Amino acid sequence: MADIRFTLNGKEVAYGGSATDRLLEVLRNEYRCTSVKCGCKEGECGACSVLIDGTLLNSCCVAMGAVEGARVVTMEGFRETERFAALDKAFGELSAVQCGFCIPGMVLAAEALLSKNAHPTEDEIREGLSGNLCRCTGYNAIVNAVANAAKEGNGLW
Amino acid sequence: MEKISQSVVKKDHATKVSGRSVYVADYPSEGVLCGKMLHAKVARAKVLSVEVPELPEGYFYVDASDVPGDNNVNIVLDDTPVYCRETVEYIGEPIAMLCGPDEKVVEQLRDACKVEYEELEPVIDLRTATEAFFDYRFGHGDVDKAFAEADKVYDEEFETGYQEQAYLETQGMMAEPEEGGRMFVHGSVQCAYYVHGAVMRALGCGPTGVHILQDVTGGGFGGKEAFPSILGCQVAVAAHKCQKPVRCVFDRREDMEYTSKRHPSLCRYKVAVKDGRVTAMDIDVIFNAGAYSTLSAVVLQRGIIAAPGIYNVPNLRVHGSAMKTNTSPCGAYRGFGAPQTFFAVEMMMDHIARDLGVDSLAFKEAHLVKQGDPTSTCGKYHFPVPIPAMIDEVDRACDYRKKRALYAKPQTGRYRRGIGMSMYFHGAGFTGSGERDLIKAVAKLRKYKDGTVEILASNGEIGQGVRTTFPKIVANELNLPLDKVYYDHPDTARVPDSGPTVASRSLMVVGELLRRAAIKLREQWVDGEEQEVEEHFKEPDFMIPFYIDKFEGDAYPTYAWAVNAIEVEIDTYTGVGKILGAYGSFDVGTPIDYNVVMGQMEGGFLQGIGYASIEKMDYDAKGRIRNNSFSDYLIPTTKDVPNMQCMLHVEKYPDGPYGAKGAGELPLVGAPGAYVEAVEQALGGVTLNHAPFTAEDTLAVITKEAI
Repeated sequence: MADIRFTLNGKEVAYGGSATDRLLEVLRNEYRCTSVKCGCKEGECGACSVLIDGTLLNSCCVAMGAVEGARVVTMEGFRETERFAALDKAFGELSAVQCGFCIPGMVLAAEALLSKNAHPTEDEIREGLSGNLCRCTGYNAIVNAVANAAKEGNGLW
Repeated sequence: MEKISQSVVKKDHATKVSGRSVYVADYPSEGVLCGKMLHAKVARAKVLSVEVPELPEGYFYVDASDVPGDNNVNIVLDDTPVYCRETVEYIGEPIAMLCGPDEKVVEQLRDACKVEYEELEPVIDLRTATEAFFDYRFGHGDVDKAFAEADKVYDEEFETGYQEQAYLETQGMMAEPEEGGRMFVHGSVQCAYYVHGAVMRALGCGPTGVHILQDVTGGGFGGKEAFPSILGCQVAVAAHKCQKPVRCVFDRREDMEYTSKRHPSLCRYKVAVKDGRVTAMDIDVIFNAGAYSTLSAVVLQRGIIAAPGIYNVPNLRVHGSAMKTNTSPCGAYRGFGAPQTFFAVEMMMDHIARDLGVDSLAFKEAHLVKQGDPTSTCGKYHFPVPIPAMIDEVDRACDYRKKRALYAKPQTGRYRRGIGMSMYFHGAGFTGSGERDLIKAVAKLRKYKDGTVEILASNGEIGQGVRTTFPKIVANELNLPLDKVYYDHPDTARVPDSGPTVASRSLMVVGELLRRAAIKLREQWVDGEEQEVEEHFKEPDFMIPFYIDKFEGDAYPTYAWAVNAIEVEIDTYTGVGKILGAYGSFDVGTPIDYNVVMGQMEGGFLQGIGYASIEKMDYDAKGRIRNNSFSDYLIPTTKDVPNMQCMLHVEKYPDGPYGAKGAGELPLVGAPGAYVEAVEQALGGVTLNHAPFTAEDTLAVITKEAI
């Protein structure tokens, strides 16, 4: 079978393994994108969230065959952006990060939301982050941080 | 706000938010063997044999026969085996570990192992359990006389279920043999020195034969207090046999089914009432310990000490037992035995008030303890009890009294509302004389020539902020900018034992040691020199000595206090309870960092609300836990409690740093009482006796009562 070609964090790559391999494991093991966390491996927790063509997906439920030709973005790529800087600042100011395990996925969920809706209401933020579990914070700080990032980063999204 | 309370960007923020933090699963796999556990499939059996498939080169089978030291894990007692003995005692008990370079091959080999069992009759139902790991009794006054003279006697039983910590990072440990024969064990842990003691014993080596590093840890909540000692021994034994690094990271289902969680409980309360006041309580607390004793002794102690709640009960008799069943061993979880008994006593007080025809809150207020009153163990509440003011704060936030009266009136229609309130404490630090006699914490500061100061202590950052709050304390005393003081993850090879990261003790106990050490360093400070100072725990002199054999004296030096109110709207067609608001006033003393403390309060409160309402876990007749994934065991999402308001009430503790008290566990404890009380009211004043109280439970009540 031919290599699976896709763009990972802006760089074109070719994956020589099976089309049935999990994107989560390939990202972590093959490309050392260890910001992508394995929390449940069944699509329930969101810790392995990545952006595929701008859409937030649980990489544990994506087979490699499905990313042929796609743009895959993980925190390793997103952290180089201005939008990340705005979210980073907002999360930092509200101490919205505790154990940190859900956070790369959570920040990418915020990016997915804000790129579709630059000025979300609190309800819309809660909806947008509802696929990402956090056991530490109770979510208030995270929701407020996303609202602040949207406000402070006006124009970025 | 005091300067020390002003929030800073947390020291571990940048690496975590950018995904650069290295958790145990994130170390490269090259040269590391993957370990997979062979778990028992039956609840109780003799293991007659294990037929292991032929192992390719570089693959290993590790079991009890490979343990070079003692096959008993050092926890409170030592009944937990590293790998199983002749019998297995619960579904999931580790029989062996398969290790090798390729994860998929290891899994296939593990799955191909054939275990021959001779099944034995397991004890599954807590009500039929007869073997008590621990059995305690205490009390005071003349309970029998009070019951004989009572106007009315109440007798109810309350039941609570499991709660799974559900830290987002599952359990994971790694062991690496080092040159010279030393073993390096690291991973997701709360208590590096607990793992150190346990691995020493399993490997049969001295204290320098092993060292433990806490990796970045993706949440603990108690679940990584004792369990990493077991997994740490298992990987260390495997690495010792294979002479290669071995890493074992649990998958979610393994973690949910087989690792420790909150003890299910049955609490029976008999209460004597005379002239409208509680005159006696006779309380029987039963915890389901599971198959091994692990931390059940200390969890039970904390639970029964809290059994009469925050009420003056002149005549008290408490009996507590932790029973062995052939199920997963239970252990530490935020609150540590107290959420179960506080739920029971809050419901009991509510039910008595209703029967007497008086307002539940007024009835509780009439029995509240205050400064100077005796505790349940004949110690003393040495400091002010700010509960009345906190009730007012919560009342102002949600109009509690008005709503409570309004919702008590008959309701019709599909949606019905209710509101409930709970009030409680959490005693910070180890129970009784534990800090003085068992832990004996030591903390150090090392100043380098360039003027930076390193904190040397063993308390792990697990999200609660100690990598930030410890340096804030030290920087404040030394008048240094915060970036000149740092606190790395502890490695037992280079830090003293300042005790475990448990019992809401790190900030209050170790933080105060660090404050004193910083004062000492400030007084000795010489520019350009490397200097080190050390501080040892001293028990506050006001304490009434505690005797665990009699349960007498001050169980805790001080208490953190809380009042919670929860307002629900029940959909009588579906049983679903929507939480309209959750309000909490929390007194944890001076917040060392406002955002950090609010993060603890909000996160803990939401965990408590999950415990009260949706987090249902149970096992079947064979002892198998069925709710072993996030599909079957639901934890709150962003959408479950959008209106959660936490407030801080500050009652300073003079022996904590700048007046700080323990904070981590408090916010979880009271939610079940407030939530179930609210559901009772929404359902027209029914009597409910268990938590979690799920939509299915509500629907059953609606059907039965024809609501």
